[in-house]
Amino acid sequence: MYKATITVRLKPSVLDPQGSAVKGSLHSLGFAAVTDVRIGKTMEVWISATESAEAEQKVDEMCQKLLANPVIETYDYELEGA
Amino acid sequence: MRFAVLVFPGSNCDIDCEKAIQKVLGEPIDFVWHTQRNLDDYDAIIVPGGFSYGDYLRAGALARFSPVMEGVVKAATEGKLVLGICNGFQILQEAGLLPGAMRMNDHLKFRCDIQPLTVVNNSLPFTQDYQMNETIRLPIAHGQGNFYCDEATHYELTQKGQIVFRYQGDNPNGSVDDIAGVCNQAGNVLGLMPHPERAIVEWMGSQDGGKMFTSMLRYWEEKIGAA
Repeated sequence: MYKATITVRLKPSVLDPQGSAVKGSLHSLGFAAVTDVRIGKTMEVWISATESAEAEQKVDEMCQKLLANPVIETYDYELEGA
Repeated sequence: MRFAVLVFPGSNCDIDCEKAIQKVLGEPIDFVWHTQRNLDDYDAIIVPGGFSYGDYLRAGALARFSPVMEGVVKAATEGKLVLGICNGFQILQEAGLLPGAMRMNDHLKFRCDIQPLTVVNNSLPFTQDYQMNETIRLPIAHGQGNFYCDEATHYELTQKGQIVFRYQGDNPNGSVDDIAGVCNQAGNVLGLMPHPERAIVEWMGSQDGGKMFTSMLRYWEEKIGAA
């Protein structure tokens, strides 16, 4: 059993309205040092697989098919035994 | 001309589409539940607005894997008319039938309004009853209508006449190049964020949506007539 912690981010070229709004709020709270905020998603996925290469292949496939939209997003992940 | 309007868990403009087709065209229209694979009986497919699967993950991302989408892809490949409105547009993007993706509105608010639009391409089965560069008014109601595509895709859309509607005046969501609606290269799949089915009779504040449906019927009649 493996656990993949997947992070999906907006591509750097894609404007992030949520990040901009949070940056504004941080500034108004006095965190003047904040120069940028980007918001993404974290997903934890548990996978039944016998070896890590098999689990990695499945994670890549599910990210490409569903979990990230390649038009606006990128993904990366960490895999650990669970 | 036989219409199908798809119904996903969370669709909420399906009945508006049915009423619009009945009122404007008087043609038969069936509700088709998302578990049905085969759409061979239909000449046109409407993917309606709403919040399919609660917009979980991304708007349209989960609906895109419903069995009925196999029928939609087949219909699109066969050259039948496929119209995606609002959430339907997002579903068709996720399915790869239309270019681009939607981001949250740049001001982060859900915007519900009547919006002036420019008809940028009136040579399509969906727009032939409009004038080129005509101003029309259609309702919008969305929180994620901020159309995005990269520069290369935008250039291609411009060159191939795939930009169909643009927002006039203030852009309500921050979309690239004020884009409100795009079609595929073949011109038989259209997606737009505004709601033509909600602009049918005078008391709705605009009747400008009707011509989209009369355009579709005229296209189909001419195609059948020519065959």
